[in-house]
Amino acid sequence: MMNSNLGQTTRHRVEASLKRRYAKERRFKAAGIAATFTGLAFLAIFFVNLVSQGTSAFQQTMISLEINFDRTALAPDGDVDPNADYEAVVRDSLRSLFPDVTDRRERRQLSSLLSVSASYDVKDMLAADPTLLGSTQTVWLSASANVDMVIKGNINRDVPQDLRTVSDLQLLWIDELLAAGRLEKKFNTALFTNGDSREPELAGIRGALMGTFYMLLVTIALAFPLGVAAAIYLEEFAPRNRWSDLIEVNINNLAAVPSIVFGLLGLAVFINWMSLPRSAPLVGGLVLSLLTLPVIIIASRAAIQAVPPSIKEAAFGLGASRMQVVFHHVLPLAMPGMLTGAIIGMARSLGETAPLLMIGMVAFIVDVPGSVTDPATALPVQIYLWADSPERAFAERTSAAIIVLLAFLLLMNLAAVLMRKRFEKRW
Amino acid sequence: MNGNSMDDTNSDKPVGKAVKPGHEAFMVADNVNVWYGDNHAIQDVSIEIQKNQVLALIGPSGCGKSTFLRCLNRMNDSIEIAKVTGLITLDGQDINSRDLDPVALRARVGMVFQKANPFPKSIYDNVAYGPRIHGLAANRAELDEIVYTSLERAGLLQEVKDRLNNPGTGLSGGQQQRLCIARTIAVNPEVILMDEPCSALDPIATARVEDLIDELSENYAIVIVTHSMQQAARMSQRTAYFHMGKLIEIDDTDKVFTNPQHKLTEDYITGRFG
Ligand SMILES: Nc1ncnc2c1ncn2[C@@H]1O[C@H](COP(=O)(O)OP(=O)(O)O)[C@@H](O)[C@H]1O
Ligand SMILES: [Mg+2]
Repeated sequence: MMNSNLGQTTRHRVEASLKRRYAKERRFKAAGIAATFTGLAFLAIFFVNLVSQGTSAFQQTMISLEINFDRTALAPDGDVDPNADYEAVVRDSLRSLFPDVTDRRERRQLSSLLSVSASYDVKDMLAADPTLLGSTQTVWLSASANVDMVIKGNINRDVPQDLRTVSDLQLLWIDELLAAGRLEKKFNTALFTNGDSREPELAGIRGALMGTFYMLLVTIALAFPLGVAAAIYLEEFAPRNRWSDLIEVNINNLAAVPSIVFGLLGLAVFINWMSLPRSAPLVGGLVLSLLTLPVIIIASRAAIQAVPPSIKEAAFGLGASRMQVVFHHVLPLAMPGMLTGAIIGMARSLGETAPLLMIGMVAFIVDVPGSVTDPATALPVQIYLWADSPERAFAERTSAAIIVLLAFLLLMNLAAVLMRKRFEKRW
Repeated sequence: MNGNSMDDTNSDKPVGKAVKPGHEAFMVADNVNVWYGDNHAIQDVSIEIQKNQVLALIGPSGCGKSTFLRCLNRMNDSIEIAKVTGLITLDGQDINSRDLDPVALRARVGMVFQKANPFPKSIYDNVAYGPRIHGLAANRAELDEIVYTSLERAGLLQEVKDRLNNPGTGLSGGQQQRLCIARTIAVNPEVILMDEPCSALDPIATARVEDLIDELSENYAIVIVTHSMQQAARMSQRTAYFHMGKLIEIDDTDKVFTNPQHKLTEDYITGRFG
């Protein structure tokens, strides 16, 4: 009787507290979900903003013109003359579409609908295919950034003429060209094939991409072998004493040093003292490898520590030397972890801007670098430079460059995740 | 029970006969001491190891059996705080002398560990690893020969001959341990040290490994650490009983188990502690 009573009260109490416990769990879950979704929401706002501003930069407005490759104008001696007045050829073609425009001022306004690159494009076309001489071809030529902005709806037509970069007359012509099917948005190849430029429609990320590529090449070539070698030495060979503790603390410290300090160090050591060229991916790569080295050392040491000691004992027990144990067993097993660390380090370097400003990689450089010693910028620095430009057309290019940078980051992190997956499967 | 009044637990000298007559002492440990920092883990241990015999090391856990075993192929070298003193000779040669490289020593004194630890490589490469690093085979045919005979002697060949390229880690626990034994005998050592080789195996796998050890004792000197007294009684010719870092008793296995001379030994084998 007493026992069953006790059992009853226990059951009641458990049931009563059960409700409270579940309520608590639900509240905790709700808070967790709220936190996650807040984070995701900010991320979504960021991406939507970026994509809505940036994707238009992947297209460029083109004007189709009938170009007359006139023999007397372009090849007076029989051969194609590279110094001929291609500008006049393009200009005349555009004017022929608007025969009523005779005023010199208005004619200049008309010509400015085309990008300055239009005449170069025609020249390149003829140089590539001299058989065009004497024929008339329909050619799509790049429109100026202002036309591009009107077409993309980035210029407000309702404000008075002097408050916008496009005149009423130009708007009229644009509408006429549009009605005639002579204006079209096409894939913006210039964005990927050109270096930087003062003209937004000519500005591309090729130079910055190549600069980043050469820089990361230098970084990985230096930081990976050095980092792995240091990690192997510290884990497998170095005696454990006060010195190794000191080194350990310093490496961890180095990983936390603000990157701009490495930039200053690079400026002092590589440029001022070793007289390496300013603005070069070589110096950028050197600075970034200093920055990445501690990350790679730490990741590599963790990877080495994760190798089961029983495997090492087995090899030692068979009479393998320390070298053989490291190269036959430890290194192969630790390699995926080391590579993951290297990729994460590279991804970090990819986004570094501050140290590059210090070593002069922030200069305005038009030419696409062809080697590690050519002056160059890097992708994040290019973003910084474009974000600073007042033109509306540069704003969309800034977003486009950010999208490209994020795509690369995503690829690298994906590679790191895939590698870690493979690593985990081993055990 | 014991006729001798040798139940003085403070005696420093181990009881029993160190050498079985008719067998030559092949490996001799004389007055070996081991310290892990301040922990005096092995105290004045002298043992003779003979050819074609199995010597079992028994004793409660933490008494220093593994530590002593690891002295015999200098595996304690890699433990920084470990300090080993005393003389250990292999065929008359001091194993701690500068003339004998630990790498060369370990080719002559092989080791099998408590937990089977095959390399994450193929079965073939596991067995071929030792011969490869020591350059024991002149060509592929010789290496094949070594791998096949080693697997055969480890009693594993029939089970794995169709999948020599599969990873060694994919075998069952007992097979893995026999693979580790095959890997050890592929180097053709003179002494084989085994540290509780069956403690992670089921009874059937254990029986197979015990048979194998029995066969191997025809050609090798074997030292085996075991926590199973039945196993020691079944397989070994001589048994050494360790207690708190000291060698208490060493004698013929029959004698140790039927008529222990020391009270501590008797307590341990009759199950009063340990
Ligand atoms: N690597 C080591 N570092 C420090 N102390 C150790 C180490 N290995 C063993 N010891 C100590 O040495 C003593 C003997 O250990 P061990 O030889 O493993 O005993 P057993 O194998 O008989 O169980 C124990 O007190 C143990 O704590
Ligand atoms: Mg042990």
